[in-house]
Amino acid sequence: MKKTIHVSVNGVSHQSEVEPRMLLVHYLRDALNLTGTHIGCETSLCGACTVLVDGQAVKSCTLLAVQADGSKVTTIEGFTADGKLHPVQQGFWEHHGLQCGYCTPGMIVAAAQLLERNPDPTEEEIRHGLEGNLCRCTGYQHIVQAVQCAARKMKSKTAVPA
Amino acid sequence: MAEKLVGQRLKRTEDPRLIKGLAHYVDDIRLPDTLHAVFVRSIYAHARIKSVDVSAASKAPGVVAVYTGKDVSQKIGPVPCAAALPDLKVPDHRVLATSKVYFVGHPIAVVVAHDKYAAKDAADLIQVDYEELPVALDEEKAAQGGPVIHEQFGTNISYKLTAGEGDIEAALKSADKVIKQRILHRRLAPIAMEGRGVLARYYPGEQELTLWTSTQIPHLARTQVALMLGIPENKLRLIAPEVGGGFGSKLNVYAEEALLGWIAMQTGKPIKWIEGRRENIQATIHGRGQTGYIEIGFKKDGTITGFRYNVFADMGAYHQLLTPAIPTLTGLMLSGCYKIPAIQINVTGVFTNKMSTDAYRGAGRPEATFVIERAMDLVAADLGMDVVELRRKNFPAPSEFPFKTATGLFYDSGNYEGALKKALDMASYSKLREEQKQARKEGRLMGVGVSTYVEICAIGPSAATPAGGWESATVRVEPTGKVTILTGCSPHGQGEETSFAQIAADELGVDVNDVAVIHGDTAIVQYGIGTFGSRGLAVGGSAVYLALQKVKEKANKIAAHLLECDAQKVSFKDGKFSCSGKDGKQVTIQEVALTAYVAKNIPPDMEPGLAAIHFFEPKNFTFPFGTHIAVVELDRETGEIHFKRYVAVDDCGNVINPMLVDGQVQGGIVQSLGQALYEEVVYDEQGQLVSGTFMDYALPKASMVPWLELDRTETPTNVNPMGVKGVGEAGTIGATPAIVAAIVDALAPYGVRHIDMPIKPEHIWRIINQKKAGAA
Repeated sequence: MKKTIHVSVNGVSHQSEVEPRMLLVHYLRDALNLTGTHIGCETSLCGACTVLVDGQAVKSCTLLAVQADGSKVTTIEGFTADGKLHPVQQGFWEHHGLQCGYCTPGMIVAAAQLLERNPDPTEEEIRHGLEGNLCRCTGYQHIVQAVQCAARKMKSKTAVPA
Repeated sequence: MAEKLVGQRLKRTEDPRLIKGLAHYVDDIRLPDTLHAVFVRSIYAHARIKSVDVSAASKAPGVVAVYTGKDVSQKIGPVPCAAALPDLKVPDHRVLATSKVYFVGHPIAVVVAHDKYAAKDAADLIQVDYEELPVALDEEKAAQGGPVIHEQFGTNISYKLTAGEGDIEAALKSADKVIKQRILHRRLAPIAMEGRGVLARYYPGEQELTLWTSTQIPHLARTQVALMLGIPENKLRLIAPEVGGGFGSKLNVYAEEALLGWIAMQTGKPIKWIEGRRENIQATIHGRGQTGYIEIGFKKDGTITGFRYNVFADMGAYHQLLTPAIPTLTGLMLSGCYKIPAIQINVTGVFTNKMSTDAYRGAGRPEATFVIERAMDLVAADLGMDVVELRRKNFPAPSEFPFKTATGLFYDSGNYEGALKKALDMASYSKLREEQKQARKEGRLMGVGVSTYVEICAIGPSAATPAGGWESATVRVEPTGKVTILTGCSPHGQGEETSFAQIAADELGVDVNDVAVIHGDTAIVQYGIGTFGSRGLAVGGSAVYLALQKVKEKANKIAAHLLECDAQKVSFKDGKFSCSGKDGKQVTIQEVALTAYVAKNIPPDMEPGLAAIHFFEPKNFTFPFGTHIAVVELDRETGEIHFKRYVAVDDCGNVINPMLVDGQVQGGIVQSLGQALYEEVVYDEQGQLVSGTFMDYALPKASMVPWLELDRTETPTNVNPMGVKGVGEAGTIGATPAIVAAIVDALAPYGVRHIDMPIKPEHIWRIINQKKAGAA
């Protein structure tokens, strides 16, 4: 028995019929073709699938699409919605905060949430704040620097065209 | 003159698509009417399959087909092993199990359905009737007897191999002392964040099969899968799209790749399989897995006389592409960065009821570096000599290069003292030792670990590589002057789209944004080998560099023609050709390119076009090296390990993009840290995989990692034209011994000389408390 859900994703309203068991990440990727959100573990441990639901960073591999009914969802694709890179995206680019790029969308979403809550985090706070996101390539040091860079940019509110 | 890009920390050109979420990994590629595959895998480590009942699954909603071993085993050739060793036993490895299963995760059946939820539902309806068999799990015990896995061999020993030079018996006999130690290298899971995945499409009219697969070796995989399927190689197009990490795990040819292709040919519809993480830890190759015994002989003054390594190497149940070859790499690197006159390795490769081992970042060399570095520390401790002094005493001097080892290698270039000194200065080593003395007085457990490593990179000369060790590149300057590079060295996070473009921009004097680096598609790119063994830049980049020289040579001739100048008098700078003696007259590389294609005004007898291909064959491996220093303090109450410092000085020869080098080193060190402290693939006594998710397989998180203080020395190689050595595996080779040594050093007051990895707080706590109890 399919359920009807209404979800706003990256500012676009969708009405969809979904199986109640469909995971949010599958809804985003397969129904809406927003493939920037990745699946890395299916057990909410790696954070590759992190998206914002009503402004909160959540792991979309362990949330059902029906649970997002009536919500506003932001995926990585929504971070450049105005045609400009988000400061966190700029930071990752400038500081080589990614290699294979697979964990990156989730990492950027989680880092953006971190900076929203704590605009001036210490290195330790950044490392602690990103504990829910695994990266196997970078060793995290460039990610820490990317987030520090983003924090500086967000303070000075600069942005460059995407 | 325009600023050279080589040597600059250039931002990566591949990043915009990745940070915007617009890249295409296998699962992001969408074809209409795609079917989805789900595998049924063995829940036992060793069992006879009495029956597989697929009747309910076949009738389940949405199911298109179900295949078992019986359906495919005679239609698809065996999963290949490319390693060639004397008297190697190679089990027949079919894509699906037929009569027996040999490890937890061994594929038995595949369900094909219209969507992945339906496929999963149907897979649960398949009934497999097993007869459990006794298991062989420990490589050392399995070599000596017990249940035999592959009955036809009558033994679990896959091969035995002895290598090394010098009279080891005499060398150990002539030593003042010989120290022995058992050392374990536990199994690790490579864990690329993107698991494996395959999408297959067949066009019956064209008889063309296209396979998108997350691989490090698109061309080698194409050849092997075509052979498995019995189709012409030129009718199989294999595409490695965006690949989300590999670390060796995708330097392989897997059953699923051929099987998906076969199913696409049967059903006529595209079919996709995306590996889940549990599947990934069960059925993607593991790394390491050695139980070894070292013997090191030395003189009272610290001179090493001989080194022997007897090792039982865990192969797992089958040989994947390079499984049995990995321990041979261990044998090659046993000399470390020391002058050791006699070295011997005795390998016993052993089948076990586990997933195959194969290349995981470092592939056999981390084991070598670990045992020789541990051995040096054991000797130093025995002699009461500083670990740095002992190392210095046994280093070859820079003037001794090329340096021949007793493992049969010629190290190309090196300045071990240079890197060591720099690292010691950065860490303020003598102050650290003072601090440690003070700490010990205060009852604090502080330790300093030093590792001086050398590794073997730029794999490799073809003579020493199973399937060719060269690499290819095509450089095309298009009519508009844009530059296209086709590299056979398909990357998966290393940043070659940027570093190769930096090289091309400098050589041709064009804007780096005018260079496109294309890779991974066998229908577009000439045959290549792939990205592994720290070869991307040193071998793949050298091919690009030499193809660029060919293009420049032709462009020079066209320019001479246009400038009406003797070719010898043409000079090329910043993308412009000029003629000495004809001031002011210039022609750009873009004008030359257009001229070459319009072909109305090129030198007589010259072929039109401006493109060149080069296959680069390196004449030797390269041997990067460095020094890593870890400083830890242990918590007496909890056994927790706190890093106080981590310093690394790596020498990978000349550097094209320092930011990419830092990234490789940092990532490698953290994988090393994972091996030293957290990671271990654990099978229980029945062969059940108990570390099958990220809840149980502990990857390092950001909060577990200290700040890494990095620097470099640059000792170029003469093995390739750019003097680059490769850096992909340095971290996983150099760091592990330093971290373990630091912990052992901290526990030295308890008489500890060695602890096996992963070293957990529990181990440390037990050491502290048992010794306490013993003393009381």
